[in-house]
Amino acid sequence: MKDCHLIQCVVNDADVQAEVESRMTLADFLRDHLGLTGTHLGCEHGVCGACTVRVGGDAVRSCLMLAVQADGREVTTVEGLGTLAQLSPLQEAFRDKHGLQCGFCTPGMLVSMQTLIDDHTDDELTPDEVREALSGNLCRCTGYAGIVEATQSAAKEQGGAKR
Amino acid sequence: MKPAPFTYHRPETVEQALELLAVHEEAKVIAGGQSLMPMLNMRLAHVLHLVDIGRTPGLSGLHLDSSRRVLRIGATTTQRAVERHESTRSTFPILPEALAHVGHFQTRNRGTVGGSLAHADATAELACVARAADAKFQVASVRGMRTISADAFARSHFTTSLEEDELLVAIDFPAWSDKHGFAFEEFARRHGDFAIVCVAALIELGANDRVARAAVAIGGLGATPVRATLVEQSLVGQAMDENQLVHAAEAAAALPSVDDPTYPTAYRKQLARTLTHQALVRAADRVDRANIREPQ
Repeated sequence: MKDCHLIQCVVNDADVQAEVESRMTLADFLRDHLGLTGTHLGCEHGVCGACTVRVGGDAVRSCLMLAVQADGREVTTVEGLGTLAQLSPLQEAFRDKHGLQCGFCTPGMLVSMQTLIDDHTDDELTPDEVREALSGNLCRCTGYAGIVEATQSAAKEQGGAKR
Repeated sequence: MKPAPFTYHRPETVEQALELLAVHEEAKVIAGGQSLMPMLNMRLAHVLHLVDIGRTPGLSGLHLDSSRRVLRIGATTTQRAVERHESTRSTFPILPEALAHVGHFQTRNRGTVGGSLAHADATAELACVARAADAKFQVASVRGMRTISADAFARSHFTTSLEEDELLVAIDFPAWSDKHGFAFEEFARRHGDFAIVCVAALIELGANDRVARAAVAIGGLGATPVRATLVEQSLVGQAMDENQLVHAAEAAAALPSVDDPTYPTAYRKQLARTLTHQALVRAADRVDRANIREPQ
């Protein structure tokens, strides 16, 4: 017999209610149940970072969290960052600075880097700070130089907008 | 669907959690899940009952007692919270320094202090610091509470002295003086990996700038972190000059070490010596010498 639970959470500002099997990961719930396939699954054991989403504002691995553990929580996926018509400043910066090539790792990169930017009250992020925060997201094609530049540039813009 | 089926429980109280652990065989505790979830996803671990204490009240938070003698960390306190908490930074600064090596900020947002210690990976940074700091493990079951000392808690790789029905509820870190020196050093192939070898060092100076107390723990030489007793003994009573630190670090290489084809014994011993030396140098630099009283 399946062990199922009713969960309620907020995903990208929308109320969601669903019955989920307890062994379903948050990543699979987002992708298969809600159709939010922007969240990518690479390694499924917490190494690659492609599945990174925000739960309660914190960047976390959605492959290492059960859907039932997201009950009552607020989840933001890459789909919550910008829209097709209006990319977020960070998404724009990734495009301008060639921060992606195949794009597989990009959703996790964007969510991690947006969290880093939001957590920094000052607008200047050093390349070392960005690289340290990037250590939990693997890219196997473009490399990291463009991603670091894009993040620094978006941080500057977001900091400027705040002031 | 990756993990094999299990029954999920979310106890509302610690008592409920203990009850569940007492009633169900093959029950496993989960909080942040940063060690258990990979094992479930890859089906390296198989559980019939998963007891989620991640949101159970009374298990999370940091508390420094009024005399500032003991820093108590609730088992489900996230590594990120400990890293950022003012009490940790002021009383136990080696913790944030070691935590910076634990995975990545995304995993530290979920991963808990108790989870890492109860998982007992042989080269986990927190296990090494707990061993150096003589942490006390507060453990509960329906049978009552007990305290397990740091030398008895981890018994082997992935194995602790927790009984099947016991729950780690808090870890007490007895504070060192305000002026203590500290350093955590590790060598790993990639940032965020478990250490190949890591070293935690704590030092207090007494009269005449001589070492009054030293604690050095090393992870990566065996199935649990070990205390480098000979290193500690060769420091106590001595001045922390360069020759003395080199001499003390030699004793780290005399400890027995495991052997494997990737990182053979000689390599691990070399790392133990080098990292111990680096840790002692940095710890010596950090001792607040300004307020240490000279003998009358």
